[in-house]
Amino acid sequence: MTGQTTRPELLAVSGVTKAYPGVVANSDVSFSIKEGEVHALLGENGAGKSTLVKMIYGLVKPDSGSMRLSGAAYAPNEPRQARSSGVAMVFQHFSLFEALSVAENVALGMENPPKLRDLAGRIRKVSEEYGLPLDPDRMVGDLSAGERQRVEIIRCLLQDPKLLIMDEPTSVLTPQEVEILFKTLRQLSAEGTAILYISHKLEEIRALCDEATILRRGKVVATCTPRDRSAREMAELMVGATLTPPERGAKAKGETALQVSGLSVASPIPFGTSLKNIGFSVAKGEVLGIAGVAGNGQDELLLALSGELRTAAGTLSIDGKDVSALGPNDRRRAGLVAAPEERLGHAAAPDMSLVENALLSGATRQGLVKNGFIDWPATRSFAEGIVKDFDVRTPGTHVAARALSGGNLQKFVVGRELSQAPTVIVINQPTWGVDAAAAAAIRQAILDRAAQGAAVVVISQDLDELLEIADNFAALNEGRLTPPRPVAGLTIDEIGLMMGGAHGMEVAHHAH
Amino acid sequence: MLRLEKRPSPSRFWQAATPILAVILTMIAGGIMFALLGKNPVEAIRTIFWDPLFDPQYAAYSRPQLLVKAGPLILIATGLSLGFRAGIWNIGAEGQYIMGAVFGAGVGLALYPVETRWIFPLMILAGIFGGWLWAMIPAILKTRFRTNEILVSLLLVYVAQYILAAMALGPMRNPEGGGFPGSRNLSQIPSMANPELIAGTGLHWGVVAAIGVVIAAYVLLQRHILGFQIKLAGQAPRAARFAGVSPERLVILCMGISGGLAGAAGLFEVTGPAGQISIDFNTGYGFTAIIVAFLGRLNPLGILLAGLLMALTYIGGELASFILGLPSAAIQAFQGMLLFFLLAVDLLTNFRIRFGSKKEAI
Repeated sequence: MTGQTTRPELLAVSGVTKAYPGVVANSDVSFSIKEGEVHALLGENGAGKSTLVKMIYGLVKPDSGSMRLSGAAYAPNEPRQARSSGVAMVFQHFSLFEALSVAENVALGMENPPKLRDLAGRIRKVSEEYGLPLDPDRMVGDLSAGERQRVEIIRCLLQDPKLLIMDEPTSVLTPQEVEILFKTLRQLSAEGTAILYISHKLEEIRALCDEATILRRGKVVATCTPRDRSAREMAELMVGATLTPPERGAKAKGETALQVSGLSVASPIPFGTSLKNIGFSVAKGEVLGIAGVAGNGQDELLLALSGELRTAAGTLSIDGKDVSALGPNDRRRAGLVAAPEERLGHAAAPDMSLVENALLSGATRQGLVKNGFIDWPATRSFAEGIVKDFDVRTPGTHVAARALSGGNLQKFVVGRELSQAPTVIVINQPTWGVDAAAAAAIRQAILDRAAQGAAVVVISQDLDELLEIADNFAALNEGRLTPPRPVAGLTIDEIGLMMGGAHGMEVAHHAH
Repeated sequence: MLRLEKRPSPSRFWQAATPILAVILTMIAGGIMFALLGKNPVEAIRTIFWDPLFDPQYAAYSRPQLLVKAGPLILIATGLSLGFRAGIWNIGAEGQYIMGAVFGAGVGLALYPVETRWIFPLMILAGIFGGWLWAMIPAILKTRFRTNEILVSLLLVYVAQYILAAMALGPMRNPEGGGFPGSRNLSQIPSMANPELIAGTGLHWGVVAAIGVVIAAYVLLQRHILGFQIKLAGQAPRAARFAGVSPERLVILCMGISGGLAGAAGLFEVTGPAGQISIDFNTGYGFTAIIVAFLGRLNPLGILLAGLLMALTYIGGELASFILGLPSAAIQAFQGMLLFFLLAVDLLTNFRIRFGSKKEAI
């Protein structure tokens, strides 16, 4: 992909500003994308990437500034207008109906959908052309996350876009699936489709993108050619500070703190994944990392461990004591704390204050309730302690949880669990949607607790994170857990295979 | 163009101000309706809101009625509000109210003519038990078989009405009543009566109980872990499970409390203002209490005020139809407007209105 300068300019954004009450999301942002270019938009959470692409996709109107598409003025009022100008977008969170087939879902997103049979034919054709195998007649509910993403991509490709926007596309993919997605994107780029690729995963950007625009606090701070920069250099541009990787204290392996054996649980979630015969043990001071593509039983595993799902007798023990019959609070009493993935609605009640949210899971171990009555002063000081120790940025503990940014709320939620002197810690997606600085702080706090002798289970879809903090590594695949292996010496290919390989995608590309 | 913008956190000012605004809007819209009916709107509004309390001619009768009518409304609505906060919809308080009266009166009548001071407390317990029992049917069906408590509790109201009629005509009929349907007049039997405690106020034991329950509910919601769990379950069910709240236990508990309180209200009514078990004993308190609960924003103190306001519109409405000849349908429409405006302006708590046509992010 040399000679980029000869390619004509496709999209030019100049001086775009967008302010929301209390925050300037984009301030005087300018950048341009050439035809067929893979352009990275890089930045931490809250840097303004989403607002910027929403303006390009017509979901948000800029306060000032202008855009040009193929030389003509471009100011979409709504996504439909953007689509008809040749701009398509694959969102991070899919908007698919699980109870409908692939073809029906695609038809729902079209202005004038053709007959389903014709559409199915077109889906098959496009999916073969781009190496994205997909059966148009299957129910979306039965598809893996990677396959669902293919539905979204094909829905975009059917519009024959000039610019394809992809928002964090690899967070739901195995390494093998990522490689195949990249092949598809490179093929598109070679055919002249420009791709605007949003991510904070730097190695991916170095592997895929021709140009990168780095945003920080709503402003463009740098443009660079990712191949010429190291991941560390880009990370520091993104964060605006030097990053220190988390430190691990030397630790002595203790005795087993959490023992899980023969754990099978039916999923309470429609289209969820049931857990099948899961077994592992975690010693004091050990961090077990559990990887897996989204939707392979991560949520269910957290629910089974935290006690929100009933587990069969003899499947779960803490410090040698059988806790499988106990509910969440009795398990907390036994020393196990858990932090679910979904911050708002599961780990925290959105409309309740931080004080009330501190009570939510802290009541048992912190002794915040006496004879059924809540000790509000003690609860308040517990909440204030979390805010202080974990650097939660908030005007005060009276603020509703939903008023906090994702990263700050995550620090609060994780801090709330880590502050309870637990013997076993279970965390699902500790740094999902959290900026780099906050993520580093959370990882460091987890390692500190492990160094103090806690047994830690980290469930995450971020492989880099797991490799950074875990001692042992296992993967969830369709509700089954691979035997844990020491992280030292694992290759990325082995990890990918543990996660279930590429869900049958190799075939398609071999056929090319 | 009007736009709605979600507030970062609910506005405390509007939480308190919306009921007042709703009452003012109801007066305006109701006034227009009364004017269209050819009545003087100012006079009609005054007759509804002012005369029952202060008119020299009518207040002597109307004023005690305020507490008589507000008592059961507050008692029932406070119980219902706990469930409503937790997302448990007991719509059948009317049936539980009837069954409370039937059970309580049944115990009293079975002991007739024994005269001891323990009979009335015993009847209260029986009344609570009757309402509780009737609420346990939808509660257990919901926790065991996942039936919808709204439907089951509502339909059981009609069952309760048939039981009431059967009792009034059969086992509980007054043997000295000359064959007329209806039980002995309990309010005339000293050991069973729920009398007016202070003459001319309408205050009876049910009103005392209502005030006690309001205070208890306030403490429960503010300070007790159960109140916290109720609020949590209603706002974020998954977070409630995470906090160790058992949804089944909460259903049993909230349905039980609301049923028990409705039953108590029925007992106080049958031994006091109504006086006897009769075919038309129930007058819709159980349904009106649902409105009262929401009008009071599911807050015990709010319910106290809402119960008084609702009682006032009833008494004032009767007065208005009596003095001004307003059709009773117009009065009911007026009461409906109150709930309508309350729910409509409730929006202001979580949203603010912006003028302008700018489009925002979805």
